[in-house]
Amino acid sequence: MKKSGAEILVECLLREGVDTIFGIPGGAILPVCDVLYDSPIKFILTGHEQGAAHAADGYARSTGKVGVCMATSGPGATNLVTGLATAYMDSVPIVAITGQVPTSMIGNDAFQEAPITEVTKTITKHNFLVKDVRELAETIKSAFYIASTGRPGPVLIDLPKDVQIKETDFKYPERIELKGYKPVYKGHPKQIEKAAQLISSSSRPVIFIGGGVIISGCHEEVKELAEKVNLPVTSTLLGLGGFPGNHPNFLGMLGMHGTRTANYAIMESDLIIAIGVRFDDRATGKLENFAPHAKIIHIDIDPTSIQKNVKVDVPIVGDAKEVLKELIPKVKPPKIDEWWEKIKKWKEKYPLTYPDDDLLRPQYVVEKIYELTNGEAIIATEVGQNQMWAAQFYIFTKPRTLLTSGGLGTMGYGFPAAIGAQVGCPEKIVFDIAGDGSFQMNIQELVTAVSYNLPVKVAILNNRYLGMVRQWQELFYDRRYAMVDLARNPDFVKIAEAYGALGIRVEKKEEVIPALKKALETPKCVVIDFRINREENVFPMVPAGESLTQMIGGMA
Amino acid sequence: MMKRVLSVLVENRFGVLSRIAALFAARGFNIESLAVAETEDPTLSRMTIVVTANERVLEQVMKQLRRLIDVIKVEDITEKPHVDRELVLVKVNAPPSKRGEIVELTEIFRGKIVDVSPQSLTIEITGAEEKIKGFISLIKSYGIKEIIRTGKIAIPRGG
Repeated sequence: MKKSGAEILVECLLREGVDTIFGIPGGAILPVCDVLYDSPIKFILTGHEQGAAHAADGYARSTGKVGVCMATSGPGATNLVTGLATAYMDSVPIVAITGQVPTSMIGNDAFQEAPITEVTKTITKHNFLVKDVRELAETIKSAFYIASTGRPGPVLIDLPKDVQIKETDFKYPERIELKGYKPVYKGHPKQIEKAAQLISSSSRPVIFIGGGVIISGCHEEVKELAEKVNLPVTSTLLGLGGFPGNHPNFLGMLGMHGTRTANYAIMESDLIIAIGVRFDDRATGKLENFAPHAKIIHIDIDPTSIQKNVKVDVPIVGDAKEVLKELIPKVKPPKIDEWWEKIKKWKEKYPLTYPDDDLLRPQYVVEKIYELTNGEAIIATEVGQNQMWAAQFYIFTKPRTLLTSGGLGTMGYGFPAAIGAQVGCPEKIVFDIAGDGSFQMNIQELVTAVSYNLPVKVAILNNRYLGMVRQWQELFYDRRYAMVDLARNPDFVKIAEAYGALGIRVEKKEEVIPALKKALETPKCVVIDFRINREENVFPMVPAGESLTQMIGGMA
Repeated sequence: MMKRVLSVLVENRFGVLSRIAALFAARGFNIESLAVAETEDPTLSRMTIVVTANERVLEQVMKQLRRLIDVIKVEDITEKPHVDRELVLVKVNAPPSKRGEIVELTEIFRGKIVDVSPQSLTIEITGAEEKIKGFISLIKSYGIKEIIRTGKIAIPRGG
């Protein structure tokens, strides 16, 4: 049967199980829009294409499915770029579909033309410019396969307008074979054997988990390993929720704003079992001084992550879940009572803390969000202080409950990501823990949340500063607060109301609980403007370029 | 730092070369030479890439190349028995008085004169790195006007 390129695209999306597309239409993608008009796929019209990309990202991270976003050629496509780069750094499966000018006009500087496959080459896992409608079905199948397997990532399909219109015989490819793409899932048995021996004979071991644990879905296996031989566990930002945050073996997050316990444990450890991490500088601190006494076992599906930043003693390339299933039966409990004694002392001495006074402090707000949602919410964050307070004071107990731009550090990510998560998980409470600076970077998505009745809650930790930059200026630039004062902020309550959301202002500590309760009772989008203590800092902190033991602040 | 010869098998599609170039550029790796053309199978191309890198950088380069969806096989053949060749065209000053010497030199290196003009000769020379180096160092004294090289191509021996 003959079908047009646009019809083939939509048919293939349905076969891939796509139920939602986030995006904005435009001239070069009109044939697809027209077919979508009659299709069961829900189209969420966002305020800006960047919002669409982040929403697809939030949808993907919260559900585990591939997120789909769509934009027209030129500016539509370039507006997706930050969203794609964000997803690429954090290994999030997205398929982005962009319209392109007709093939006969490509390269002629046509209206709304941009070479988006060139632009996104190094910030996507792969991309395609489809020049022949006969290749379209196979391309879409490949795109979903590449995006969702191995180390996931965003894939972009650029679709010239004439290819959307042209007809061809449609046959859905049930299988595809990519000669150059064969992810390895099973770990090497000899390496696993070596790892088991190292663990069983270690005296100061630490499990170090990252986002790979969540992607692989091996949180149960991590817990089993930790409990079977009683190992302490620390996590990167993206790994939070990969191990229960309230588990006695959990040391908290490590790194720049990690707990002292986690950082000290890493630095004194004699064996690090790294699972699904890439040894990012925010986690490791000064690389030369990282874990000086430790041997390192590194389990990761992406061979390029291994030996990239740190020297690894036992590399295991494979899917973390498969590898752990093989590894767990082979490990024997090491003798680490002394190690635990030491860790327990650190834990007692260095809890995460903040002054208990009458000031409206952001940590208190985050703690109350945790308590009032019973830790069952999905938390999106923006980037900066708000992100770190959320990571420190919300206790993540389940995977896929934290949506945060860890690698790229994209301000403006959280709110659209929360919208995407709410679309994917309608039964869940979704919070965006935001800063006043970040929220304004995609504030236009209020129109999306309101128009689709998405009851996302935005908690703005409003210090009228670009807070993290101000904190660095306070600590390292002699309090010269260049370019960070946001006293100019608009009235967020009025803005919320203008869009049709509920706006609440909170200026005192005692108003926090009633405001949060009110937000949770309100079945629509709510923006709470928490006027927090202006010069609150995120502590403890490892200054950039220092080693993990060089921590400042955060002592009780 | 050491010169390495990588043999890379890729899908023969538009955009593949720019993908590889972008990979090197994005990570600040410098390519010394790159030669690419279709193989016996028209859906595939073979690239010979010469890079100067230490072991760690080389490991990353190879892993990053393998990660590209269009890259099928990456091999470091520097240490393996292989044959490599490069083709060079040299345009050299050749006044009538020097012509005889230059032709003689070219014959010794089994090169060919491919173009003659009143004041210059263009010589085609093919060979492994050492031979080319040797020829160029000798011909230099006559005054090289222009030199064009294909970059190295290499193939493992036997198999």
